[in-house]
Amino acid sequence: MIRNDVAITPELVKEHGLKPDEYERFVNLIGREPTITELGIVSAMWNEHCSYKSSRIHLRGLPTKAPWVIQGPGENAGVIDIGDGLACIFKMESHNHPSFIEPYQGAATGVGGILRDVFTMGARPIAALNFLRFGEPDHPKTPHLVSGVVAGIGGYGNSFGVPTVGGSVGFDKRYNGNILVNAMAVGLARTDEIWYAKATGIGNPIVYLGSKTGRDGIHGATMASAEFDDASEEKRPTVQVGDPFAEKLLLEACLELMQSGAVIAIQDMGAAGLTSSAVEMGAKGNLGIELDLDRVPCREEGMTAYEMMLSESQERMLMVLKPGMEQEAQAIFHKWGLDFAVIGKTTDTLRFVIKHEGEVKADLPIKELGDEAPLYDRPWVESPRQPVIAPDSVQAPVSEAEALLRLVGSPDQCSKRWVWEQYDHLILGNTVQTPGGDAAIVRVEDGPKGLALTTDVTPRYCEADPFEGGKQAVAEAWRNITAVGGLPLAITDNLNFASPERPESMGQFVGCLKGIGEACRVLDFPVVSGNVSLYNETNGQGILPTPAIGGVGLLDDVTVNASVAFKREGDAIILIGATQGWLGQSIYLRDICGREEGAPPPVDLVQERRNGEFVRQLIRSGQVDTVHDLSDGGIGLALAEMAIAGGVGASVTTAPEGLPLHAFLFGEDQARYLIAVDEDLAADILYEAGAVGIPAVTLGVTGGDALILPGRQAISLKQLKAAHEAWLPNYMAGKA
Amino acid sequence: MKSAVIVFPGSNREGDVVRALKSAGSQAEKVWHAETELPQGTDLVVLPGGFSYGDYLRCGAIAGRATVMDAVRAHAARGGLVLGICNGFQILCESGLLPGILMRNANLKFICHRQFLRVERNDTAFTRAYAKGQAIDVCVAHGEGNYTADDETLKRLEGEGLVAFRYSDAQAHITTDANRNGSMNSIAGIYSDKLNVLGMMPHPENLIEDLVGGTDGRGLFESLVSSFSRAA
Repeated sequence: MIRNDVAITPELVKEHGLKPDEYERFVNLIGREPTITELGIVSAMWNEHCSYKSSRIHLRGLPTKAPWVIQGPGENAGVIDIGDGLACIFKMESHNHPSFIEPYQGAATGVGGILRDVFTMGARPIAALNFLRFGEPDHPKTPHLVSGVVAGIGGYGNSFGVPTVGGSVGFDKRYNGNILVNAMAVGLARTDEIWYAKATGIGNPIVYLGSKTGRDGIHGATMASAEFDDASEEKRPTVQVGDPFAEKLLLEACLELMQSGAVIAIQDMGAAGLTSSAVEMGAKGNLGIELDLDRVPCREEGMTAYEMMLSESQERMLMVLKPGMEQEAQAIFHKWGLDFAVIGKTTDTLRFVIKHEGEVKADLPIKELGDEAPLYDRPWVESPRQPVIAPDSVQAPVSEAEALLRLVGSPDQCSKRWVWEQYDHLILGNTVQTPGGDAAIVRVEDGPKGLALTTDVTPRYCEADPFEGGKQAVAEAWRNITAVGGLPLAITDNLNFASPERPESMGQFVGCLKGIGEACRVLDFPVVSGNVSLYNETNGQGILPTPAIGGVGLLDDVTVNASVAFKREGDAIILIGATQGWLGQSIYLRDICGREEGAPPPVDLVQERRNGEFVRQLIRSGQVDTVHDLSDGGIGLALAEMAIAGGVGASVTTAPEGLPLHAFLFGEDQARYLIAVDEDLAADILYEAGAVGIPAVTLGVTGGDALILPGRQAISLKQLKAAHEAWLPNYMAGKA
Repeated sequence: MKSAVIVFPGSNREGDVVRALKSAGSQAEKVWHAETELPQGTDLVVLPGGFSYGDYLRCGAIAGRATVMDAVRAHAARGGLVLGICNGFQILCESGLLPGILMRNANLKFICHRQFLRVERNDTAFTRAYAKGQAIDVCVAHGEGNYTADDETLKRLEGEGLVAFRYSDAQAHITTDANRNGSMNSIAGIYSDKLNVLGMMPHPENLIEDLVGGTDGRGLFESLVSSFSRAA
């Protein structure tokens, strides 16, 4: 009989984030009052972060399969086949709550966690990306959070030795109390050397690897599953501390150990540490697990079973080893100066048994800890429809040139150089396209292939129309990959939403997921991994619905690609895709007119696909090397970015009749690209587009040292560049 | 030419420099920090970039005292070539092979960007393929690259022509703007007295191909390979 020395009171249950009915469910499941260790274990397994209890039934609707998908959601990361016997393994994950409380360590361990997810599967990380959202610039906490998060991401990735090649940074008052820090890692492995979490064999040794266990991060996952209030900063002790040096050693040791053939199964200790990793390995393999905590390497003395099971100390792994290989495995880990300890074994009992100091501290049914987690079909309401805003009803600016200059230098649209210069984006020597373009490109080993990588979503669209916004997020990732010449293959999604217990925000979640699913199906762009982060709200104020999409695409020949920079004078600038001048929810409407209104631009996925395939073929055939997708700020902002990046001006003289100039320049109609191409080729391209019914029209020509807009409005490149580069460094220096 | 690239726990650009050496025509072998000897016939020792031992103490301080460093010091004393890049430069300073120290960058942040360097002399084993005064386009990626030395050391480095590279603009002008980490005299790299040890913060090994930014870094590795085949 298991000894119970702590009375489990309703207060204690509440402190563990369990609702009374959830606790009752657990008691019924085990048929007795749990020990404190068991309560800790179930709180870790049944919180939102680990159990997906509010999101699971909706996630089922996402397409996750394609001929090139080797592993979809449910493992440490998704795996796709990229040919030549190679697999790309990738995932994005949030570290929102901890990063708000302790920005440097929160962001750093977010990066560490996602890198570990990727190399746990046998992949060497080759690129990192991120997706960041902060509160409004004027909020007193924002500069401190930006500074800490960026330093944390850099501090971890730079030391670990992975190039951080892309990302997204934005500001909105709706993130004042809940910032978003989503980190994505991309790795490479051989298709026949991929490692999974599923344990096999009875009586096989379970091995603890990596750093020692301390008291840091206890209840991290529970904290990440609760909304914030004014006392949230008191939760700082629940944030873990990262050690990228230990992680680098762990990477090298794990990959070396995998090569030795000693590994049966491997699982990293992330959220809910030892508990979650051990349960996962056993449950997936239909096996019981028995752990002897006296053998766990600890950093501090006198740690209890409860503390060890819930610690979220970083840079730790759990493995099931082939019996008899312990010596060899230990030698590899000791060479790298890491802890190695056999702490348990697999059993045929299907029980999760924890022993400590000669006593059984927990004895739970292992499958039920995962399978019997509560599952909620939470009530939700559809977001109210927003009216379509007619272009004519939107105020014209004093001058389009002045409006463009303001947009180019606005917090959301300005250059993020200040951020990505703090990330080592060049290490490994394979970064073909650096941050600042549509998608990053990294070469695969010595070539000829390359990967195109991006992170995207337009949260204001998602709020105004979750379904269209969800579609748009996927479409934009697909478009960004296409714009550099990549064939989009798969996505990882990081679903950041407010409390699922409010029907409005649950409705946003449901709507966005439907849109994401729809776009993934039409664009053949399945979801292979992801993460759900709910309860992003403070004192009842939720974030904008933000399903960040991390996209991966393939370039068969990495030397054949396109970038946004104008490269020559005298190139024809051609607009691909139909323009109606959609200003609802546009950046122009928000930042120039001060109106956050209307329906967002609808996404015609069939058109998206056709236009994109046309552009990709132009790049791949070597005809076009200058492409920019159109998104925030429309044609105007794209022209400015292309001119700034290339140091070559442009003159756009043609604007269509019957459309206000500001709607033409700043409308955010989807499925569009700007390309710049040798004038001799332009006629052919226009003809080809016409032949297959793709809207294409010449807007102007590159050249000169200014951007000239219709109506002879000119902005010098110098002015554009200064505006684009100035805002963020000035802001961070306290001057903006 | 045979190169030995020393791998410390936390090194992370060893693969990049091996690739650059091989593409210039050198053999390159990785050598674990716990070794007591260099491989037979080592011509060039490279201390690569990274965060040896996490750089939790002063950068390079622990690596400078690693077992293998005795062998590296002996190699240098025999006149053997040693190249330290980034963390490798920090390690050379900590191990006593080069004077001075690398402090936190002036803005107290890690910086990664393309950077022009002025080649101060082209009569060494490391720089023959360049022209004297040429501006080469490479990159930096460091948090502690702010070269600092006492007045006497600085005077000696300048007087004896031991400054290898300085941060410059594209026209090889030495400007304050180009010296982003705040190094004294815009120093990006220095030689030992006998010109056989070079420490530099920037990364020539990442600029060896047009596809990934340019080829201005190749010259350094080609200089080494060619000067070696000449000597041999």
